[in-house]
Amino acid sequence: MYDFFYNTNIGLVILTVAEALALLVPLLIGVAYLTYAERKVLAAMQMRKGPNVVGPFGLFQPFADAIKMVTKETIIPSGANRVLFLLAPMLTFMLAMLAWAVVPVNDGWVSADINVGILYLFAISSLGVYGIIIAGWASNSKYAFLGAMRSAAQMVSYEVSMGFVLVTVMLCVGSLNLSDIVRAQQHMWFCIPLFPMFIIFFISALAETNRSPFDLPEGESEIVAGFFVEYSSMSFGLFFLGEYANMILMSGMTAILFLGGWMGPFGLWPQLGVLWFILKICALLFVFLWVRATFPRYRYDQLMRLGWKVFLPFSLIWLVLTAGALMAFGWLPNA
Amino acid sequence: MAFIDRTARSLLLGELVSGMGLTLRYFFGRKATINYPYEKGPIGPRFKGEHALRRYPNGEERCIACKLCEAICPAQAITIEAEPRDDGSRRTTRYDIDMTKCIYCGLCEEACPVDAIVEGPNFEFATETREELLYNKDKLLENGDRWEPELARRLELDAPYR
Repeated sequence: MYDFFYNTNIGLVILTVAEALALLVPLLIGVAYLTYAERKVLAAMQMRKGPNVVGPFGLFQPFADAIKMVTKETIIPSGANRVLFLLAPMLTFMLAMLAWAVVPVNDGWVSADINVGILYLFAISSLGVYGIIIAGWASNSKYAFLGAMRSAAQMVSYEVSMGFVLVTVMLCVGSLNLSDIVRAQQHMWFCIPLFPMFIIFFISALAETNRSPFDLPEGESEIVAGFFVEYSSMSFGLFFLGEYANMILMSGMTAILFLGGWMGPFGLWPQLGVLWFILKICALLFVFLWVRATFPRYRYDQLMRLGWKVFLPFSLIWLVLTAGALMAFGWLPNA
Repeated sequence: MAFIDRTARSLLLGELVSGMGLTLRYFFGRKATINYPYEKGPIGPRFKGEHALRRYPNGEERCIACKLCEAICPAQAITIEAEPRDDGSRRTTRYDIDMTKCIYCGLCEEACPVDAIVEGPNFEFATETREELLYNKDKLLENGDRWEPELARRLELDAPYR
């Protein structure tokens, strides 16, 4: 058995596919229930009940929505670039799934334990903007185009400060490997010494995933639905899945970088492992939804001001401070 | 000093956190939703719903064909034809309300000297065809028979204010 799986090509392929499915199937179910959770949380905060008709407490609502979505007609606008138009949602979805390869859900539970994990994550999440830009361009519609332009500018602005936050964490850990980053938080989660960076990272994550209050690329009230205004059926569904998977990914990233990944608080119940990780992701996702229920959308210039004139200098100063403190007290990990 | 105060407040996200506290309170608060087809909101005694023609307790129809409702109807939704009955009393031979024209203003009810035409509490009379919304006298009298206990109670409750 062992021989078949580890020493033959077909065995390795089966193993890899099984591994990917073991990660992606729960992820997609998580996405489905994230849409349900979003509707429930928003409803509760607006004194409503939310979906409660399909199944007990409306729990089958995501499946009803999914069936509705796939049975709809795919409409391709006559002026659209067909290839790019269909490529964009696939790209968005694929990138959202691809990033999960390096995420350690428990000690040693990671499909690709590469040494540049954090860099890989950052690169993949930056590539996500291409899906949006291609969609906006290929739709041949002014709203979609405006949405794509906004999205490009927004993602570039917030990635800079996000990068500085990551550099700060790397300095404290001395490694780019995500598992090492989690292990370095054994005694203290980074959200305590690096609290301001934690907040900046979380807000940047909101901007990065185009979530309210930074949902300018889709800006419902101004540009209809932004970059995916021309999409319908499953191509729309892929954007939707990608967006929500990105939300989960960003929450996972925050959990790994600042909240000690699979470790419980104060080293409690280490055997829970992956459950701690899921719990942290859920808590962060709740904050995502909570923020959406609370704040109105930023204006475009305010968004740019916040990114370039507040977050960038703030994270830069904090980076220098952290580096200085690490040097001065001799806390550098690999020194 | 004011500058430092303002900067400190905005850096500590004070307003944002208090806003999120408010939404969190609502998150755990009581919900305003009522489960409509199974639960319904309260309706006042003056609610203007579906029309009905009432009868006296002895079964005689109240309407005396004075045509005041037809005259006052701003949407001209009411059509009445009348002639004397065999016993000499003046009655309608035709009493039609076009429910697609009606604006549910309640003026017919106010104009009626004998409380014959009233608007009842029923608002669930949607139909699948337009023709079903062109009510005739039979339909209106049937409505009156069906809703009479409710209609009488509503008139009684509203009487002090008329």
